[in-house]
Amino acid sequence: MSTALSYVERDSVIHQMTGTTKLFFFLFWSVAAMITYDTRVLVGMFLFGCVLFKISKLKWKEISFALIFMFTLMAINIVGIYVFAPEQGVEIYGTRHVVAELFWRYSITLEQLFYMFNFLMKYMAVIPIALLFIMTTNPSEFAASMNKIGISYRVGYSVAIALRYIPDIQRDYREISQAQQARGISLGKDEKTLDRIKNSAAILFPLVLSSIQRIETISNAMELRGFGKHKKRTWIMAKPMGKRDYVGIVLSIAILAVSVAMIIVNGGRYYNPFI
Amino acid sequence: MKETIIEFKNFGYKYRSQAEPTVTDINLKIGKGERIIIVGPSGCGKSTLAHCLNGLNPFSYPGEIIGSLKICGHESKDMGIFGLSKFVGTVLQDTDGQFIGMTVLEDIAFAMENDMVEQEELKKRTLQAADKVYLLDKIESAPHDLSGGQKQRVSLAGVLVNKVPILMFDEPLANLDPASGKKAIELIDEIQKETDTTVVIIEHRLEDALYMGADRIILMVDGKIVSDTTPSELFASDRLAEAGIREPLYITALKYAGVKLEKNMSLQRIQELKLSDEQKELVKMWFYQEKWEQIKEHTKKLLSVEKLSFGYTEKAYNLSDVSFDVYEGEMTGIVGKNGAGKSTLAKLLCGFEKQNKGIICLEGKDISEDNIKERAKTIGYVMQNPNQMISKPMIFEEVALSLEVAHLPKEEIEERVHKALKVCGLYEFRNWPISALSYGQKKRVTIASILVQNPKILILDEPTAGQDFRHYTEIMEFLKELNKQGITVLMITHDMHLLLEYTNRSLVFSDGHLIADTTPVELFADKDLLEDANLKETSLFELANMCGLPPKEFIHKFIIYDRNLRSRREEVS
Amino acid sequence: MENKNQLSIKSIVAIGIGAALFFVLGRFVAIPSPVPNTTINIQYGILGVFCVIYGPVVGILSGFIGHTLIDLSWGSPWWSWIIASAVFGLIVGFAKKSINIESGNFGGKQIAAFNIFQVVGHLVAWAVVAPVLDILIYNEPIEKLFAQGAFAAVSNSVSTAIVGTIILLAYSKTRTKEGSLNKEN
Repeated sequence: MSTALSYVERDSVIHQMTGTTKLFFFLFWSVAAMITYDTRVLVGMFLFGCVLFKISKLKWKEISFALIFMFTLMAINIVGIYVFAPEQGVEIYGTRHVVAELFWRYSITLEQLFYMFNFLMKYMAVIPIALLFIMTTNPSEFAASMNKIGISYRVGYSVAIALRYIPDIQRDYREISQAQQARGISLGKDEKTLDRIKNSAAILFPLVLSSIQRIETISNAMELRGFGKHKKRTWIMAKPMGKRDYVGIVLSIAILAVSVAMIIVNGGRYYNPFI
Repeated sequence: MKETIIEFKNFGYKYRSQAEPTVTDINLKIGKGERIIIVGPSGCGKSTLAHCLNGLNPFSYPGEIIGSLKICGHESKDMGIFGLSKFVGTVLQDTDGQFIGMTVLEDIAFAMENDMVEQEELKKRTLQAADKVYLLDKIESAPHDLSGGQKQRVSLAGVLVNKVPILMFDEPLANLDPASGKKAIELIDEIQKETDTTVVIIEHRLEDALYMGADRIILMVDGKIVSDTTPSELFASDRLAEAGIREPLYITALKYAGVKLEKNMSLQRIQELKLSDEQKELVKMWFYQEKWEQIKEHTKKLLSVEKLSFGYTEKAYNLSDVSFDVYEGEMTGIVGKNGAGKSTLAKLLCGFEKQNKGIICLEGKDISEDNIKERAKTIGYVMQNPNQMISKPMIFEEVALSLEVAHLPKEEIEERVHKALKVCGLYEFRNWPISALSYGQKKRVTIASILVQNPKILILDEPTAGQDFRHYTEIMEFLKELNKQGITVLMITHDMHLLLEYTNRSLVFSDGHLIADTTPVELFADKDLLEDANLKETSLFELANMCGLPPKEFIHKFIIYDRNLRSRREEVS
Repeated sequence: MENKNQLSIKSIVAIGIGAALFFVLGRFVAIPSPVPNTTINIQYGILGVFCVIYGPVVGILSGFIGHTLIDLSWGSPWWSWIIASAVFGLIVGFAKKSINIESGNFGGKQIAAFNIFQVVGHLVAWAVVAPVLDILIYNEPIEKLFAQGAFAAVSNSVSTAIVGTIILLAYSKTRTKEGSLNKEN
């Protein structure tokens, strides 16, 4: 029933890497894609990402719904950008090559098309790596990985608890909402918007109360088994770092370095083909 | 007695938020390797005492310790919760709340991870513990792929890894079906024998807990220990009944038969019970003395289910080809293992899910196409936990909710709510906040909130789970009263007492099939059927065999006698 | 024994459960809004409730983790909006002290306080933090970001006001002492 992306077990080099490496890689990669607007770097990252995706032995159909969702979202954004600022590209690149005049302030310029292409590429560069991170990292390894890159194990454990109890809360929500629907509580189109929101509170209140109860039980259980006793803790699911992990980390640092280097070379974040 | 390992001396505990101490004058010594059961009605202070042993009191729930509690020679208040956890391993009641890891492996390793055990040893010890509780093959399973009994075994393994001298179980049976409960107790028994650990079980399901035998039973009432003795001696007295704790069924039966109970009869377990020939004769006389009373037959067909099938995928049906009729005025139990299809059936009847095949008819009319809202006007559903149904702070508002959202006129709402509240005995509390009510009263509020819609059938999911005898009786007598007023009641339950005492019919589900449509008497006399439903034999069965009586008729006799006795008592009071 | 600067175990668990709730509501519960193809974000109402009960640290981290998980489950994180959710949690978390929900008093003054905090929280999150980050990272046009942010701030404020206030009101009543209750005939 769940339409969310999650871990897919498979035998590939990327699966064998530690979660720490993948987390590190994903974060460095994201920063690299965020700071640059250099088309060549972004396209390169996207292609490299696709190659890595291929190596991971994941299948296209496993990600197709996610891609559809993200493309829709990007399309809305692109349209939004054009509607609100048809001259954004001209402003950024400083020239104006008109392809076609439409109406009022709307015309199509090469600069605007190029800007929107770059905007798209900024997402496209991250998507393969984000998918890889989610789908090749065992959730059981998340907390240990976060701890290893320097985040307190306490915060790491919050993430572990979130992942552990999502299915339970989902089940609670479904059961509560069915029982409330039987009492005529509806969140659908047959109610006015404000009533829908008000009705949702009738489902959420029992959910909040049972969650607060649950917090109490879980924290007791954790305390009774010595959580927080020491400054550190070990993790049964932690994997030892291997050669491939160091290669991965070096690679991600290299990509970030390229991204930064190109900013210095270009004298700014943009690669400008118009001058 | 062997070396003392737990010693309460003039002990008491007062929570910071309470004016009076919750437990007082506790003097209790527990020796190494002893098996102790602490019983008492809800609110008697047994959980407070347990929390004092493992350090949740006062370190998580602040309060003041009066007197002294020594564990393995150390004063408990000087140790802190982590210090105490080296001596006392606790298994809690809530099998999901205490399953913290994402898989069995991680959950068992949790305590050792916190102790910074290095990975190699961590893995070795985790696997050993998993093996001890027979879960090696489930090591990578997530909690939602495990049954309640398996989850509890994981928790047990999680405390075993530290080799603690004291194991404490806080109501270990409350969330388990009888067969899983029996297995859990067997496992505790086995581990206790192997390690000579001291075991303290807090439980009000005494007969089930006693399956492993106990050295002593501590009975608590109103924050004090009122009895500290061997099981046999306790059963020979009337102290349990006075405290509102249910006696084992065979003890009740012997009392009905007029057998005078003595502590030298080995009353602690049915398997060890010693009856003289004269006593067996008494039981026989009681069995033959009164005439059978026939249970009333219901004839008017109310609901009829034909060839009902449902599954999220075509391949795996949760329910397949189920047909049965429900007659007006019935009180029926729906039994079966977890995942046998009971809840699926309830969801289909209430329209929460739609069947793939088959039809549901109410009074001859096909209601398969009705949506949840329409269905609710004839079939009401009451969830197990009232806290998951209550969405308003005040009683009146809560009961009125379904009528308010239907935009009925104010006068009609008030009239119908008042009527439902009167039926549920809550009328005088109508302007109270729900938080001021007891669990049993909250349950009644949720039932009232369903009854305002005037359903003909009520489906209840585990109406008595985790309740002590007093609350059990309160809830069940109320349902019986509703039933008398014409509401047909279907109950999904594991509670064997409920089935015996309050139902006349049992629908048994296994692997999505309805495998038996029978009476509780037949059910409890059929070993295979009981196994399929994850129930277990009652001790009445063995008692009948012991006295050379036919078990089925004996159980029947007991049920009839018991019901008559209770309704007579009711008339007197 | 417990270090004051460390997260307490209860906070750690509250962050996890808060994030899980935020995720489930944000990811799987779609309440249609009047604008076509958009849904109402009720998860901010619950996050607001958690902030008032558990404070700013739980607020910021539940928001951050919960929103990250939602985005990851769709395929890719949108960091600017994730950080905005965290900022909302932080700001509303500061309302904990002035409301003190555990006392059981949640009257006009406290309702006003909650709603001021949550509206300010949404404004800062969606009309300041998210757009500024989007400009820095993606250099999106200011006009678009402003329109988007204003819509998000308004619609989230409305849903938080309704859901949060109703739930806090009901929750506060579970905290009242029984005291002076009388049966009526």
